[in-house]
Amino acid sequence: MSFNPQLNADGSLRHLLTIDGLPRAILTHILDTADGFITINEQEVKKVPLLRGKAIFNLFFEPSTRTRTTFEIAAKRLSADVINLNISASSQSKGETLLDTVDNLAAMQADMFVVRHAQSGAAHMIARHVAPHIHVVNAGDGRHAHPTQGLLDMLTIRKYKGEFHNLCVAIVGDVLHSRVARSQIHALTTLGVPEVRVIAPKTLLPTGVEQMGVQVYYDMALGLRNVDVVIILRLQNERMRGALLPSAQEYFKYYGLTPEKLSYARADAIVMHPGPMNRGVEIDSTVADGKQSVILPQVTYGIAVRMAVMSLLAGN
Amino acid sequence: MTMSFINHSLPGADALIDQLAVAIRPSLTDNTVLVGMHTGGVWAAERLHPLLNAAMPHGSLDISFYRDDFEQIGLHAQVKPTRLPFEVEGRDILLVDDVLYTGRSVRAAMNALFDYGRPAKIRLAVLIDLVGDRQLPIAADFVGAALSVPSHQHIHLIRGEDGNLSLKLVDIS
Repeated sequence: MSFNPQLNADGSLRHLLTIDGLPRAILTHILDTADGFITINEQEVKKVPLLRGKAIFNLFFEPSTRTRTTFEIAAKRLSADVINLNISASSQSKGETLLDTVDNLAAMQADMFVVRHAQSGAAHMIARHVAPHIHVVNAGDGRHAHPTQGLLDMLTIRKYKGEFHNLCVAIVGDVLHSRVARSQIHALTTLGVPEVRVIAPKTLLPTGVEQMGVQVYYDMALGLRNVDVVIILRLQNERMRGALLPSAQEYFKYYGLTPEKLSYARADAIVMHPGPMNRGVEIDSTVADGKQSVILPQVTYGIAVRMAVMSLLAGN
Repeated sequence: MTMSFINHSLPGADALIDQLAVAIRPSLTDNTVLVGMHTGGVWAAERLHPLLNAAMPHGSLDISFYRDDFEQIGLHAQVKPTRLPFEVEGRDILLVDDVLYTGRSVRAAMNALFDYGRPAKIRLAVLIDLVGDRQLPIAADFVGAALSVPSHQHIHLIRGEDGNLSLKLVDIS
């Protein structure tokens, strides 16, 4: 295996920065561990003592509600102390550099940083900088990666479909700007999904996307045929201003997931969305709230996956 | 840690389970539930269940998240889902493990159970009470056999491909 900054010398996971380059065994171990954490939600006391006394800093340089909240809940259910920092509003505006901020927090005996940043590579930079006992989890960096989102999607798929080796999965929408899509594609191909498709207008696909091991479709009717899992990506409104798309209505007409378009997929296909949803833009409310939708279970499984990642890292 | 198996005459696992069932049976009530501890204790509990009362609720408990050696060894063991398909609150729990040695697993199991509710009673049944290095004030209520082995050895419950259970003496080095 080539050098991977996420791994210790013995191959165990030290940081979680990206799914790209992680072996299938590590992904499967995370999913299996997450399975064990799901039952904690059924406990009277929804807490286990694994990370008692550990200090986990949520460093969010970019706004996020769901991801930050689920990381916070996950850390609290592991009995860690959680400190949430909304950095854009504090030191950075006073001119402190990212690494100075990290050093100051490390001096407060941080054990783990959960990092969300608009710049691709921010979490990598922090991971390279911190002392050996500190672990870093990438909670989304620029257009690059959002590994825990990718993993929670895999846990959701495994929960509903059982296996990966016989699935056809379609990712629909703004792949170009989506760190979620990149993490999903790496996870799906690593876990052995034989057919991964992306469906989007040309302007929303990165060049060379085929080299990631996906099949490209520009048409929903063709792209959704025989699909087991439909993953809808959020269409970020700011993209409209960049002249990549004519209008939200136009996008909805061709790529919005309506009951009619969903009927091209297999009858038992599940519909996923990483949130937050734009109803009436990338997904119709009838589908979002329909019986094939597993969008809310994704959020629940997200807590279990983040518990698994944090406890595996802290123990390595 | 490397382990090597050596031949040694240990009691048969099935015979111990039969003996345990005989010893446990008089103490069962309508309120009793059976909980096996992963992994050996689950196998033993599965065997005990029909011998005791096939209608009795039973579940399985994974203690990985409650172990006290997480700081030393991390979360390496395969975590198995805990399944307790009944209310723990107020129940008379019969906890089953394969080998009682230091007592630390049982401590972890009791902590885990209390996070599901407040049981009326917890009793412990083990196939082997391995005497010699108990580290906590914990004792079993029902014991298949009490044994001692040299400090570099341990006893494991093994399940073969055919599903048969057997006890093995294992070298720890």
